[in-house]
Amino acid sequence: MTSEPEHCLLHARSLSCERDGRLLFAKLDLTIAAGDVVELRGPNGSGKTTLLRCLAGLTADFEGDVERHTPIAYCGHRGGLKAELTPLENLRWYAALAGVDVGVGGLCEQLDAMGLEGYALTPCQQLSAGQQRRVALARLRFASAPLWLLDEPLTSLDEHGCALVRDLLDAHRRAGGGAICATHAALEVAGARTQSLGLRA
Amino acid sequence: MSEIAIAEPRIGRLLTAQIRRDLTVAFRSPGEMINPLVFYLIAVTLFPFGVGPGVERNAAIAAGVLWVLALLATLLALDALFRRDYDDGTLEQLALHADPLFVGVLAKVLAHWLVTGLPLTVFAPLGALMLHLDPAAMPTLVVTLLLGTPILSVIGSVGAALTVGLRRGAALLALIVLPLYIPVLILGAGAVTARLDGLDPTPQIVWLAALLAFALTSAPFAAAQGLRVGLE
Repeated sequence: MTSEPEHCLLHARSLSCERDGRLLFAKLDLTIAAGDVVELRGPNGSGKTTLLRCLAGLTADFEGDVERHTPIAYCGHRGGLKAELTPLENLRWYAALAGVDVGVGGLCEQLDAMGLEGYALTPCQQLSAGQQRRVALARLRFASAPLWLLDEPLTSLDEHGCALVRDLLDAHRRAGGGAICATHAALEVAGARTQSLGLRA
Repeated sequence: MSEIAIAEPRIGRLLTAQIRRDLTVAFRSPGEMINPLVFYLIAVTLFPFGVGPGVERNAAIAAGVLWVLALLATLLALDALFRRDYDDGTLEQLALHADPLFVGVLAKVLAHWLVTGLPLTVFAPLGALMLHLDPAAMPTLVVTLLLGTPILSVIGSVGAALTVGLRRGAALLALIVLPLYIPVLILGAGAVTARLDGLDPTPQIVWLAALLAFALTSAPFAAAQGLRVGLE
């Protein structure tokens, strides 16, 4: 883990968080540098999602400091897709939100690369859970956020989908990005500097 | 790191993309969209049954009834303003990426008004006919609703934002928002009544316009802040 500030994407110091009288984590230090893929391991209810939300800035209900040095992309356990809209329309909204210029052709390419050929114009409510997860992850390919916070990215994905996520993370890591993934299944990202964090239950 | 280009988010693009998305969603589930309008028209038809068939009796209460019902119909649709997005996770994405967030909120409110407040305004003359409102007061009614319903939507967005994370938020929403609606109701219904009494409704209309300008420039900030609280 590099200490040079220009390579540091996120730095969290002595994070403590309590929910309903239970201490989820205490005095947790975490640094994510360029090229790091951090696996966040822990049993159900151990505070993986809460930690990700603290790091993303979605909750202020914790003690400690979080310094984010780059834009982030957060994939929560709620998919972040409008069921009434097609994958293409959902991605177009994300592109506008991120301020990225991607044409319809570009977005279709991203969907094709996630194994969703021919589904670009099908409303998301007609897609399977795994396909919806693929749409949600497709936006990472153009979001141009150096730091990814992924909450259970492999949920409801088949083997091919899991392999896609591994490739996505690997390419991102090689391009100088960083990621932290809450997961119970091993990510097995090839050649990644994976760091497992055991949280106290 | 240098090969990862970070484009500047543009406010105008955010505004149009959000409005377009919300309108598309609304038109794909039209049942939800026309629900407030149907409530409005049915409730208007109930009043003559309740107060009796007399033309003068109905005409006397028409302005107040039409305004109160527009207010309640807006309230009916308000709970869904952020809740659907909260449930599917797009609201937290908006809160994370919309820069600044109040632009995203403003876009959502405008889209919401286009599918609720505007139809209410357009169909108000129909309700006014049913209640025998003096046709001379019709333009005043439409103008006050045109200025007033966006105020209702944008003020309501603050309450909707604060209650978005609560499971039974709708009741609390009404408690928060209805007292804030009173000035709008007084001015809106007052303008129509003034017109019926042969007075000049301009002061009330100008006050409504001033309230609209104030609400549009301040409430989205409060709602954005409320969303950050509500999302926790």
